Amino acid sequence: MMDNTHKQSISIERIPLEEASRGIRLFKEGLIKYLLVFCSLVSIFTTVGIILVLAFETIEFFKVVPLREFLLDTEWTPLFYEKHFGIWPLLLGTVLTSAIAIVVALPFGIFAAIYLSEFASERVRKIVKPALELLAGVPTVIYGYFALLIVTPFLQNVIPNLSGFNSISPGIVMGIMIIPLISSLSEDAIYAVPQGLREGAYALGGRKLPTIFRVVIPTASSGIVAAVTLAISRALGETMIVTIAAGQQPRFTLDPRVPIETMTAFIVQVGLGDAPTGTLEYKTLFVVGSMLFLMTFVMNMWSQRLKGRFQQEI
Amino acid sequence: MKSGWRSGRLLESILKVVSLLAVIIPLLILTFFLITVFLDGESRLVPQFLTSYPSYKPEDAGILPALVGSIYLIILTSVIAVPIGVGSAIYLEEYGNGGWLDNLIEINISNLAGVPSILYGLLGLELFVRALSMGRSLLAGAFTMALLVLPIVITASREALRAVPSSLREASYALGASRWETIWQVVLPMSASGILTGVILSVCRAMGETAPLIFLGALTYLAFLPDSPMSPFTALPIQIFNWISRPQAGFAENAAAGIVVLMVVLLLLNGIAIYFRNKMQKRI
Repeated sequence: MMDNTHKQSISIERIPLEEASRGIRLFKEGLIKYLLVFCSLVSIFTTVGIILVLAFETIEFFKVVPLREFLLDTEWTPLFYEKHFGIWPLLLGTVLTSAIAIVVALPFGIFAAIYLSEFASERVRKIVKPALELLAGVPTVIYGYFALLIVTPFLQNVIPNLSGFNSISPGIVMGIMIIPLISSLSEDAIYAVPQGLREGAYALGGRKLPTIFRVVIPTASSGIVAAVTLAISRALGETMIVTIAAGQQPRFTLDPRVPIETMTAFIVQVGLGDAPTGTLEYKTLFVVGSMLFLMTFVMNMWSQRLKGRFQQEI
Repeated sequence: MKSGWRSGRLLESILKVVSLLAVIIPLLILTFFLITVFLDGESRLVPQFLTSYPSYKPEDAGILPALVGSIYLIILTSVIAVPIGVGSAIYLEEYGNGGWLDNLIEINISNLAGVPSILYGLLGLELFVRALSMGRSLLAGAFTMALLVLPIVITASREALRAVPSSLREASYALGASRWETIWQVVLPMSASGILTGVILSVCRAMGETAPLIFLGALTYLAFLPDSPMSPFTALPIQIFNWISRPQAGFAENAAAGIVVLMVVLLLLNGIAIYFRNKMQKRI
């Protein structure tokens, strides 16, 4: 604003001053640009920070515990007197709860996406889509309450010998939580399938049902797989539900009825126990954290590649 | 032929019903959960619950320090995350030219959004609590939460900036305004309500997030309110988690009542966000 009034009163005597203010203006513009670049770099620093923190303590850990033991031992008891450092019990716990979650979320997510993109009117879609997304917006500690105090007691009536802590109940609840992750992204993919393809199928005499299953979904498949991959990554890293409802007993099992411990729940357990810095217990936090980071990172990258490929195809 | 046509119609109706159920059942389950929690916690939903400190007797315990701690935490988090997040969005949308650095930043942001929140807790513990010796304080919690919500703020702000028509920018340049003057006086005011929606969404996330705070020493027995950014603190989800973990039934009721309070706060915030989103859609 100031500069505009300035320009209206340009006179020959004031040209040098104008030059100076132009220099200041350029300097200011440049400075702002660098400030904005710095803001953008904060997110890069965050990633680098996470990797460095995890890598540093992980290397320290493997100076004491051989990699062989970590990969081949089937017991995980770093907090006991007789310590074992086999990652398998935690890994199985994580895979088990995530697998249950995906089994629950996949059919709901895909069919919800079909409903939203193929059957719902624009008005219904505008209400239902945010309502579904509410499922993912509820804090996970609340889902933990649901799993431990509502779903587990209910399931105990149905499944005999179901322990108070188990993997089936948090798995199911986690599945409900990630439904919108699958449905929203799958719907975006189905929605992005060109209308011309559908019309082509109709023109060849195809009805709605075969058109959806033989034309629309196959075309959207890489987008749908990208959505599911992202949901798996979310399930692997989910913490509070499994910490509250799955137990704190690392166990080499795939039985969904008994208490287990996931990688995330172990990290919380050590965090609450306040292990002193520098001890081996403290380092286990970061080893398990590294495993978790690697697994979710691979899933996220893969999901993004699929999504990119889908956008190219369409 | 005719029966084939009929069975096609029938299958189509079945698919319609099944896919409708896939939407309705999860929403019914959530509704059932929320009603159950409300009934579980109803007896504890009295004014003293909001104004009392935690106690070993469940019927005396309240959420005052947790509620105040959460409010301080989200304010501090926003103060840190909003300028950085909006600045980053402005760079990517208004200055970025699609070079390798811009690509790296973009890939990095979508990856960060997928990093499990608990790993931010480990970063916060090593970086803010220990290396920068903030201790287990409100400030360390706010910095960690700010990094956690940054991808949300950036993504929402970028969308809001993108919604501003480029003709407005060109008009501003034509009047002799520089790039920054155009952003500051034309683009940002136009996208303010969209950015605000994103900020509120990120506040909701910071408000409900539990796992990272476990490492930032959000204590559960706090007999005082935090009085500076360096104070120890507790937060609502941590308090709920603590109560859920206790075996006595009385604490489960407290957890349920705490959940009701948390949900009410989150629904209010979401309502505000929806209000601003509608306002923005009308304007552009």
